[in-house]
Amino acid sequence: MFDYETLKLIWWVLIGVLLIGFALTDGFDLGAAALMPFVGKSDDERRVVINTIAPHWDGNQVWFITAGGALFAAWPMVYATAFSGFYWAMLLVLFALFVRPVGFDYRSKLQSPRWRSSWDWALCLGAIVPSLVFGVAFGNLFLGVPFHFDGDLRLAFQGTFWQLLSPFALLCGVVSLSMLCLHGGTWLMMRTEQDVAQRARRVVQWALLVYLVAFIAAGIWLAVGNLEGFAIRSAFDPGAALNPLAKTVDQSNHGWLANYAQYPLTQLAPGVALLGAALAFAAATARRSGVAFLGSSLVIVGTLCTAGFALFPFILPSSLDPASSLTVWDAVSSQKTLGIMLVAASIFVPLILCYTLWGYIKMWGTLNAGHIKANEHGLY
Amino acid sequence: MISESVVDLSRLQFAMTALYHFLFVPLTLGLSVILAIMESVYVMTDKEVYKDMVKFWGKLFGINFALGVTTGLTMEFQFGTNWAYYSHYVGDIFGAPLAIEGLMAFFLESTFIGLFFFGWDRLSKRQHLGVTWLVALGSNLSALWILIANGWMQNPVGAEFNIETMRMELVSFSALLFNPVAQVKFVHTVASGYVTGAVFVLAISSFYLLKRRDLGFARRSFAIASAFGLAAIASVIVLGDESGYEIGDVQKTKLAAIEAQWHTEPAPAAFTLFGLPNRETMQTDYAVKVPYLLGLIATRSLDKQVTGISDLLVLHEARIRNGMIAYGLLEQVRAGDKSAATLAAFDAVKQDLGYGLLLKKYTARVTDANAEQIRQAAQDTIPNVFSLFWSFRLMVLSGVLMLGLFICAFWASARKNEERKPWLLKWALWSLPLPWVATQTGWFVAEHGRQPWSIGEVLPTHLSASSVSSSDVWGSLLALVAFYSVLLVIEMYLMIKFARIGPSSLHTGRYHFEQTLIPQPAHA
Repeated sequence: MFDYETLKLIWWVLIGVLLIGFALTDGFDLGAAALMPFVGKSDDERRVVINTIAPHWDGNQVWFITAGGALFAAWPMVYATAFSGFYWAMLLVLFALFVRPVGFDYRSKLQSPRWRSSWDWALCLGAIVPSLVFGVAFGNLFLGVPFHFDGDLRLAFQGTFWQLLSPFALLCGVVSLSMLCLHGGTWLMMRTEQDVAQRARRVVQWALLVYLVAFIAAGIWLAVGNLEGFAIRSAFDPGAALNPLAKTVDQSNHGWLANYAQYPLTQLAPGVALLGAALAFAAATARRSGVAFLGSSLVIVGTLCTAGFALFPFILPSSLDPASSLTVWDAVSSQKTLGIMLVAASIFVPLILCYTLWGYIKMWGTLNAGHIKANEHGLY
Repeated sequence: MISESVVDLSRLQFAMTALYHFLFVPLTLGLSVILAIMESVYVMTDKEVYKDMVKFWGKLFGINFALGVTTGLTMEFQFGTNWAYYSHYVGDIFGAPLAIEGLMAFFLESTFIGLFFFGWDRLSKRQHLGVTWLVALGSNLSALWILIANGWMQNPVGAEFNIETMRMELVSFSALLFNPVAQVKFVHTVASGYVTGAVFVLAISSFYLLKRRDLGFARRSFAIASAFGLAAIASVIVLGDESGYEIGDVQKTKLAAIEAQWHTEPAPAAFTLFGLPNRETMQTDYAVKVPYLLGLIATRSLDKQVTGISDLLVLHEARIRNGMIAYGLLEQVRAGDKSAATLAAFDAVKQDLGYGLLLKKYTARVTDANAEQIRQAAQDTIPNVFSLFWSFRLMVLSGVLMLGLFICAFWASARKNEERKPWLLKWALWSLPLPWVATQTGWFVAEHGRQPWSIGEVLPTHLSASSVSSSDVWGSLLALVAFYSVLLVIEMYLMIKFARIGPSSLHTGRYHFEQTLIPQPAHA
C-alpha cells in the first residue's frame, strides 16, 4: 500500500484530524457547559442550555476517547510519555470529565434546587478545567518537557505538575479556554432563543477579544521571546524503523518558526484563525448565528493547525535530553499497524461523520423554556 | 529498578478501577439488548405498555450508563498514566483494538444513545427502534474489541519482538482477531452481561409483583427477562470459557491454579470440589474430589493430562534459564554486535525473553542471576492458588443458582402463574446481587490468574509500570476511591429511588402512584 514514510505522515495528519474533530464537536459542548451557569439565570434557562447539547455531548466526547486510543495505536511512545509524564494534569482532566456523564444525566432527576445548582457548578468546572489544561499542555510542548529514556526505552520524567504552569503555558491555556467558550457561545446563539441567546452573544464578543489578545501575544512571544525551538540535526531515513535515541537534536529553531519560513503555505493556518475570528465577530454583531458558528469553527481549525505546523516533526520535545524527543518519524507504531489502522480509519471515520450528521439533523432546532416545561420529565 | 510499592499500588489502582467499571458494563450490555427486544415488541404489537417499558427500563439504564461512561474514561487512559512501559512495549499491538473499539463501537453507541433518550418525538417508530438496536450493537461490539485486547494479554499471538525498536510488534492481525482465547472470552463475557440485565429486570419486576402494583407492566417485563435470561445463562455455562484453558502456557497455569492441581495426575484427572489449597505443602487440605471430572471438563477427553503445578514449575525454571541467554544476546546486539550469528542465536531463544525479564525483579542485569533468584522467579510464575480456587467456585455457584432461578421463572412465566408464587418472586428479588458476584469474581480469576504477567509469557507486570513515584500513585488511588465512592452512593440512591417508584416515574398518568386516592411518594 503506502510506504512507511508516507504512513507516518498520514498518521500525523489523522491524529490532527481526531484532535480537531474533538475540539470542533466536544469543544462546543464543553464551552456551552462552561457558560451554562452564566448565560442561564433560572433553572429553566439552564436546562435549555443543557438540552441543546444533551443528545450530542456523549458522541462528541468519543472524539477524545478515540484520539486517546489512536495515540496508543499509532504513537505508543507518545501515549506512554505524555500521560505518565503529565500524570497529575491528566488526572485533573479525567476527574473533571468524570463529572459530565453523571452530571448531565442526574441533574434534573431530582427537584431540589441545591442538588441542581451543585451539579450546574460541577458541570461548569468540569468543562473549564479540561479546556484550560489542554492549552497548558500544548504550551508545554513548545517549551519542551523534562523527560529522557534509558537504553531499555524506559521513561524517566523529572518535572512536577506545578512546573507545567509557566507563563507561556498559561497563556496557551487562556487561548484554548477562550476559544472553547467562543465556540460554546456561538453554538448557544444558534440553538437558543431570547435572553439566553442574547447573553451568549455578549459572551461571544468578549471571548473573541480575549482569544485575539492571547493568540497574538503567544505569536509575538514566539517571534521575539527567547524561546528556542528544536530541530533534528542528524541525517536519518524517515522510511525506516527508528529508535528515538538514535538521532541528534539541537535547539536552533528560534521560536519554532522554521517551518513557517520553509513552507510558506503553512502561514495560512494562523491566517484562517484570524479570519475566523473576524467572521465570528461580524456575524455576532449582525446576529447571524450560523455564520458565527462557522467563524468559531475556523478559529479552532486555524489555531490547532498553527500549533501542529510549528512543532512538526516534533510531538513531544524533551528539554532534558533533546535526543529523547519524540517525533513523527521515531515514536510511531510499525508499518503494519499503521497500515491496518489506516484502513480502519478510512472505513469508519466517513461512516461516523454520516450518522453523526444525521443525529444533528434530527435534533436540530432552537429550544426555549416552554419546551422544557412541556417535557419536564423526559429532558435532562 | 522499579519500586515494588509503585507496582503494587498501580496494580491495586487498576484492579479497583477495572472492577468498579465492570459493575456498570454488564448491565449496559444486557439491558441494551433487553430494551431493543422490548421496543421490537412495541413496534410489532403497537401496545403502549411496551413503549413505557422501554422508557422506564431505559431510565434505569441511563443512570447506570452514566457511571459506565465515567469509569470507562479512566480505563482508556490508565495504561498511559500508570503502565507507561507496558504501553511502549506492546502499544503496537494492544493499541489497535482499543482504537478500533472507539471508531467502530463507541462512536456508534454514544451517538445513538442521545437519540435513544431524546429522539422519541423526532424519529419515526421504526427509526427509533433502529437507534435502540444500534445502541445495543455498539455496546456489544465494544465488548468484542476490548476482549480481543484482553485476550491478547492472556495469549499473545501474532506478534514478535523487534530488536531495533525494543518492543513487541504486530505480525498477523488476523491472529490477533481470531485469537481463540479472545473468542471464548467474548461469548462468555457478553452472555454474562445478558444474564446481568435479565436478573436486574426480573428482580425489580418481582418486587412490583410482590407489592401487587403495575401488574401488567411487571408481568410483561418478567416474561421477557425470564426467557432472555434462561437463554443467556445457558450460553454462559455451556460456552463457558473453560475451553480456553487448553491454549498457551499462561492459561494452563491458570487452570492448574483455579483447580488446585498441584501435581500431574494420570488422565483423566479428578476434580476437587472443595478444599483448602495449601501453597507450602503443595496439597489441598480436606479436599472433596470427584474422580475423572477435571480431565473430562478441561481436556474434553479421557486420555489427555492436565499439567500440574509442580511440573509447570520445572518447565518455567528451564524457560527462565533460556530467557537469561536471550537477554544476554539482546545486550550484545544493543552493544553493537549485529552479526548474523548473534541475531540467529537470539532468534532461537527469543520466545523465552519474557521469562528472563521475570528476573528483573531480583537483579537489574538478569544475566548474573543466581540459582536462588531463578528459583524465586519460577515460584512467581504460579499465581495465588487459594484465592483463585475459591473465587472460581464462588462464580460457578452464583451461575448455578441463577440457572435454577431462570428455569423456575421461565416455567412459571410460561404457565402465567408467577404472581401466585411469592417464594419465586422473593428468590428473584434476593438474587439481584448474584450476577455481580459472578462477574466480579470471574474477572478476578481471569486477571489475577494471569499474574505475574501483564502480557502472558512476554512482559512481567512488575516491569510494566510507569516511572512515577509511589506518592503519586497513592494520591491518585485515594482520590479515585473517594470520588468513585461518592458517585456510587449517588448512583445507588437514584437507582433505588426510581426502581421503587416504578413506571409512575414516567408521569404518563397510567401507573400506580398516579392513580387517585393513592398517596404519592417523595416527588420525582
